[in-house]
Amino acid sequence: MNTKSKIATIAVALGMAASSSISHADEDADLVVNGEIEMVVRTAAPAHLEGAVSTIYSGWVFRSDETQAMQADDFDNPGMLFVEKGEQLFNTAMGADGQSCASCHQSSDLTNVRATYPQWDAEHSEVQTVEMQVRECQTEQMGMEEPWGINSGDMLDITAFIASIGRGQIVDVAIDGPAHETWELGREIYYTRFGQLELSCANCHEENYGNRIRADHLSQGQINGFPTYRLKNARLNGVQNRFRGCVRDTRAETYGIGSDEFVALELYVASRGNGLTVEGPSVRN
Amino acid sequence: MAENVTARVRAPREASAGEVVSVRTLISHPMESGMRRNGDGEVIPRSIINRFVCTLNDEVVVDITLEPSISTNPYLQFEAKVTESGTFNFTWYDDDGSVYEESSDISVS
Ligand code: HEC
Ligand code: HEC
Repeated sequence: MNTKSKIATIAVALGMAASSSISHADEDADLVVNGEIEMVVRTAAPAHLEGAVSTIYSGWVFRSDETQAMQADDFDNPGMLFVEKGEQLFNTAMGADGQSCASCHQSSDLTNVRATYPQWDAEHSEVQTVEMQVRECQTEQMGMEEPWGINSGDMLDITAFIASIGRGQIVDVAIDGPAHETWELGREIYYTRFGQLELSCANCHEENYGNRIRADHLSQGQINGFPTYRLKNARLNGVQNRFRGCVRDTRAETYGIGSDEFVALELYVASRGNGLTVEGPSVRN
Repeated sequence: MAENVTARVRAPREASAGEVVSVRTLISHPMESGMRRNGDGEVIPRSIINRFVCTLNDEVVVDITLEPSISTNPYLQFEAKVTESGTFNFTWYDDDGSVYEESSDISVS
């Protein structure tokens, strides 16, 4: 490590002051959406995290009271506007054969999708994210030559719709069997220090959650709330786009959205949230 | 022109005479301020909701002027005192001349 990056690392470390006195978040609050959907925002960590963390927390826990409240009522959650668009898209004909998603799927059959993806796809011998599965349906089932981009507006809207119908389901992604190798790669990336700041995901989200980093309150970097509506950019944000932002903040070149590395990381990070509930679209700052 | 504009309203269906009720509205709209530039350095034209009016039985509850720095998807919450049954009418005015309308009935006992 050269001198310059050492100084930067110390500055970041100093930025992580204890939060209790300045935090406005109610870390003990419970989340019930619309007075109906009871969320698990804190629970015992899955077995594979033994020795690392004992309790896992939804990112909701670390947000300010106002932001927390926005997610408790669909009317106050701006992410629901995109869910409505996603539902319309689900029923819209697209592709060569004039089919819509609804031609083959009832949305009620997709309620456990968000909780169980990324998932191994035997036919293609790869771990697939929800976005990859949607693209597969578009190219292989619907005859679309140009499926939606992983980070496109339409894709975010439809994945928000798919998440919303799965809200309250317990996240349970499989990490054994054929997906295990990919999961191992994801774990390796999670603990690798990146960039000029030489920080790994774990340095921030495992060792320092609950602390302040500059003006932000560090969470465990869970992905049970994706896609998230961020107040910062007033739109939906996908998981891998968030990863990209975090890697970039370490002043590193980042992996691309949809790359093998980010798919593996998504599987691994999802598995760190096994036991929390699906919250997407959640509200974050 | 703004696309995909959807207005949503949440007002109580029932109330007792003289009660002060809370009304919430949300409209999806980019609220482009007219101060930003695109990648080519050209100003992106202003496109905002510039006025919002709520009436109850044709009596004005609120009449609001919205300014360019209001964020996307404007959310407005206000209170109304209700004395008799009737209808709330909500109207949003867009820079491009479009007018979006919603209504909600309330029965007062
Ligand atoms: C012509 C029929 C057809 C259409 C149209 C179709 N799909 Fe599929 N979809 C399938 C089949 C078959 C599978 C299961 C096999 C597979 O994995 O591809 C599937 C699987 C899925 C899954 C995974 C379900 C699970 O439980 O793992 C999701 C999510 C999905 N589709 C979403 C969509 C969306 C969103 C659209 C519209 C953009 C769409 N599908 C359009 C046939 C279709
Ligand atoms: C320099 C510290 C830092 C590093 C390193 C870092 N992040 Fe973050 N991350 C943040 C901050 C700050 C936020 C915003 C506040 C929060 O939710 O923690 C955030 C947010 C997130 C979120 C959103 C959580 C939510 O509830 O919406 C995810 C997911 C995430 N990070 C994943 C990662 C992953 C994966 C890595 C490693 C590739 C990583 N982060 C590396 C600082 C970091």
